[in-house]
Amino acid sequence: MAGTVHRSWNAASRKSTRGTEESPWIRRLLIGIAFGFCGVFLLLPLANVFSQALADGWKAFGGSLVTPDTRAAIRLTLLVAAISVPLNMVFGVAAAWTIARFEFPGKPLLITLIDLPFSVSPVVAGLIYVIVFGLQGYLGPWLDERNIQVIFATPGIVLATIFVTLPFVARELIPLMQAQGSEPEQAALTLGASGWQTFWHVTLPSVKWALLYGVILCNSRAMGEFGAVSVVSGHITGRTDTMPLRIEKLFVGFQGAAAFSVATLLTLLALVTLLLKTWLEWRQQRDHDSAQTSPEDSDSATPLDP
Amino acid sequence: MLNRKHNPLPGFGLTLGFTLFYLSVIVLIPLGALILRASEISPSDFWALATKERSLAALRLTFGASFIAAALNAVFGTLLAWVLTRYEFFGRRLLDALVDFPFALPTAVAGMTLATLFAPEGWLGQFLVPLGIHGAYSKLGVVIALTFTGLPFMVRTLQPVIENIEREVEEAAATLGAGRGMTFRRVIAPMLLPSILTGFALSFGRAIGEYGSVVFISGGLTSTEIAPYLIVMRLEEYDYPGAMALAVILLVVSFVLLAIINSLERWVSRFER
Repeated sequence: MAGTVHRSWNAASRKSTRGTEESPWIRRLLIGIAFGFCGVFLLLPLANVFSQALADGWKAFGGSLVTPDTRAAIRLTLLVAAISVPLNMVFGVAAAWTIARFEFPGKPLLITLIDLPFSVSPVVAGLIYVIVFGLQGYLGPWLDERNIQVIFATPGIVLATIFVTLPFVARELIPLMQAQGSEPEQAALTLGASGWQTFWHVTLPSVKWALLYGVILCNSRAMGEFGAVSVVSGHITGRTDTMPLRIEKLFVGFQGAAAFSVATLLTLLALVTLLLKTWLEWRQQRDHDSAQTSPEDSDSATPLDP
Repeated sequence: MLNRKHNPLPGFGLTLGFTLFYLSVIVLIPLGALILRASEISPSDFWALATKERSLAALRLTFGASFIAAALNAVFGTLLAWVLTRYEFFGRRLLDALVDFPFALPTAVAGMTLATLFAPEGWLGQFLVPLGIHGAYSKLGVVIALTFTGLPFMVRTLQPVIENIEREVEEAAATLGAGRGMTFRRVIAPMLLPSILTGFALSFGRAIGEYGSVVFISGGLTSTEIAPYLIVMRLEEYDYPGAMALAVILLVVSFVLLAIINSLERWVSRFER
């Protein structure tokens, strides 16, 4: 794999290296290893999803996407994302506003707490809701008397999903809004705009790409979450199976091709996420470059790391 | 940046209040409930639960496989970050975008596709299994899945740091007679080290909690049980103390790692202008 790739690179131009660049051979070797590693570890798994999905032909592929249980799983996944993503978006905006625009004691702690869900194992994220809402949990018996089911039902799945996707939007907005500073907003207020007007017409337009990026990542994870959801779902076919859980059930039940057919949908979602990410980075770079040439705009770069 | 005494911006009370309320309901109270419940287990019972042979084996595999995966990512992730930032070549943008693929791909799909790739009849397994390399349903499989999911953390931590290295420093080393290898060892590597450690810790932290990708490639064998998997097994047996003991251990390790990463990042920021 690596050999075939770096051969095509042979004709690259040789620049003066001034002793600060590796020799062409080392460079070719490193690029070859990079291609080989990415080929085996990233490209092959990606191609394999589609190859496995089509193992039984296109007809079987289409057929396994429209079975009632799979359709129910797709509906549940969409519902869960439709609830949890907007909630985390509102949270992210509120958290970014309070952190990037005001000084108060305990701010570093608050930032750490917002990031906390990323350090907690998804399985533990599911477990904590079982302990609060499960039958053996703190609120379980009280809820049971009132016939409210959280665990092994949709509310539990939504809660677990909100937990694991909570930091995404806030993480994108906080560094950007801190870098931008509050001068434009203060100017708008001085000119007589109300707080909401300032937010809608000054703050939101200047962070829209970072907000969109955070929402895309949040949505991608919300639809794909497995561990946390698996713990609270109860795996009731047709009722509490999300798409990833449906995939697992099919795979474990020796319906590999069907499992991979449903998996193609999530893989396509991942690819669209990557495409949008690349596009948004390019946009932001362009905005950044034009901001540097026009004097009235201040620095608006943001790191777009995962 | 914002050291004004009288901040005229509105909404402080509303947004701080909402942020704290939301964090409390979603994160703090449920996590507190776990810790409260777990504290009802007496220390000797807790010790017994945590040091059961099966728990110990799962913890050993979790930490061991995570360490190897993070080390592999430190090597290949550094190489990838270097190649992607320093070299111009055909396909660079594609590789750069692909690096985020493990981050974007749902873990269940990742586990499934890796398991079939390395299974005896899979694209890679058909060559590797005759050589005695079992990449699926084995401990090696656990390492493979954890390496896959941890890779973006390493590369994305290093890329901005490599970009910010001043070429003048390397030129100075070269002018003073250092070969490229020496410049790398004595000048570049020390500058990258804190970030490599940060990436290692991020990748390791991600790996110890990972469940979805591993569960498929480990094949549910006793020898390939990781701690998160054992937590799920305990829960399915309604053995809550057993599940909570392991969960608390994972939580404590995650929090320690978080503290380490925070101080590493402070160290890294000293290198930046």
